[in-house]
Amino acid sequence: MNILDVKNLSVKFDTPDGVVNAVNDVSFSLGEGKTLAIVGESGSGKSQTAFGILGLLPKNGHTAGSVKYMGTEILNLPEAEMNKYRANEIAMIFQDPMTSLNPYMRISKQLTEVLVYHKGMSQADALKESIRMLDAVQIPDAANRVRMYPHEFSGGMRQRVMIAMSLLCGPKLLIADEPTTALDVTVQAEIMDLLIDLQEDFGMAIILITHDMGIVAGSCEDTLVMFGGNVMEYQSTVDLFKNPQHPYTRGLLEAVPRLDQDVDTLSTVSYDFLTGAKS
Amino acid sequence: MLKYSFSRVLVAIPTLLILIIISFLLMHAAPGGPFTSERPLPPQVLANIQAKYGLDDPLYVQLWEYLKGIIFHFDFGPSFQRKDLTVNEIIAQGFPITLTYGGLSFIVATLIGGTLGIVAAIRQNTIIDYFAVGISIGAQVLPNFVMAPLLVWLFTLGLGWLPGGGWNGGAWPNLIMPVIALSTSYMASIARITRSSMLEVLNSNYIRTARAKGLPERTVILRHALKPSLVPLISYLGVAFVGMITGSVVIDIYFSTGGMGVAFVNSALNRDYSVMMGITILIGALTIVFALLADLLYAWVDPKIRY
Repeated sequence: MNILDVKNLSVKFDTPDGVVNAVNDVSFSLGEGKTLAIVGESGSGKSQTAFGILGLLPKNGHTAGSVKYMGTEILNLPEAEMNKYRANEIAMIFQDPMTSLNPYMRISKQLTEVLVYHKGMSQADALKESIRMLDAVQIPDAANRVRMYPHEFSGGMRQRVMIAMSLLCGPKLLIADEPTTALDVTVQAEIMDLLIDLQEDFGMAIILITHDMGIVAGSCEDTLVMFGGNVMEYQSTVDLFKNPQHPYTRGLLEAVPRLDQDVDTLSTVSYDFLTGAKS
Repeated sequence: MLKYSFSRVLVAIPTLLILIIISFLLMHAAPGGPFTSERPLPPQVLANIQAKYGLDDPLYVQLWEYLKGIIFHFDFGPSFQRKDLTVNEIIAQGFPITLTYGGLSFIVATLIGGTLGIVAAIRQNTIIDYFAVGISIGAQVLPNFVMAPLLVWLFTLGLGWLPGGGWNGGAWPNLIMPVIALSTSYMASIARITRSSMLEVLNSNYIRTARAKGLPERTVILRHALKPSLVPLISYLGVAFVGMITGSVVIDIYFSTGGMGVAFVNSALNRDYSVMMGITILIGALTIVFALLADLLYAWVDPKIRY
């Protein structure tokens, strides 16, 4: 059985200037332990798709369609029902680790509350488990650092904390929304390696939202390309790189700078496909 | 933290000294004096009285004598107008009264204002939000000199429930109207500050994280959003508290509470130099103390601030 089946998911926002369609008819499915990449430029609806799945949209956001987790419909569940899935079954990590942790709470409290609430653990057991998880994401001296506040951690360390927090309840699906975008390049690689290692250890499926084609090629079975809230192309990563079907995908792939070619001008994505012109 | 507090207290001493000197000089620069009246005193009598209070000395001598009295004897001098009372006695009479109704007003304004702000933010753009915002705007545009007669008109003249004035040792029927009249506009400001900061916090990334953790809404609000949303309120509360406990001339006059506010205004009108100075120093000292407390509170609430 698939972990996640998304059918015709759309996300709309009510704004003072009318309804904005952020995501239109997105469909995909994800098998257990597999990785799906969602790629596309800023504003293409990647993150809103993820927020829509978990019901984390702002108040003016609405979703329609179907999201089935292990065969059960979870789209637009009441908050109390949805909370049983969040963190427990489907966890999420975010783009900006600098602002995603509560600056007014110790790391220990932010981690343990997940276990106390979802697993009914005692504070002491939850703390032990949290420290173990911080060790797993390779935070040095976790037993002491767990008592610190987020501002005492670097960006990369905070993203590790976020990852540890998301894995506490052993979710079957992790949605990683551009987990490395806000980090510098060397840290990006460390975080990606860590995620891939953890995926093997914990056996979870991952939806990886990114615009780094290198990461996509390296670690994702399937790829979904989005533009303007619509799916441009959805197929296996190998085929996508070998034989991209959509002109937008071709443009994206051509735009990736290559070390083995000496060019004067880097390629940009052409939007000719929008008007139907031949590129 | 202790070292920081100590150094702040040390800095307070020169601050107060400068406050005293500037107020003293400004006060003497104003035309008229405590013994000027419509029917002028005979020059000889005036000279005698001036000499008795040392007002014929050069200004720097007067200032020095005044400072000496404060520093060595904690003596702020006799009142020039109410000749049987010292400044200390006048403050000792009035301040407990303003402290009582001002302190109560502070508690009322903070609790109601804070609650209104939080509820409005949580229920943004619902009827509850509009109601809360409506109340706070209404309270804001009703200054205490409009509130006070309205309350008297309603509760004393109309319904006959509450006494129209007097202090009566701070009995609660005498307290109700002064507290309502003084707290409404503060309550409105607190509600607006809390609402906007709560809204900002609720839209922040770390609240989205808390929601993604599947925590119930109650926990998200009370554990994750409440503390950060109260931070912008702290500096306002420090100033508001001093403003409320040092009294309001409007409240004192409308409700005849006998508080410090009316004594302060009368001293200024009558050029009662010593009373004016005494109350100015008290307000200055309280402002310094509560600004320090607000800063210490910041450090306690926000882990990023460490002194």
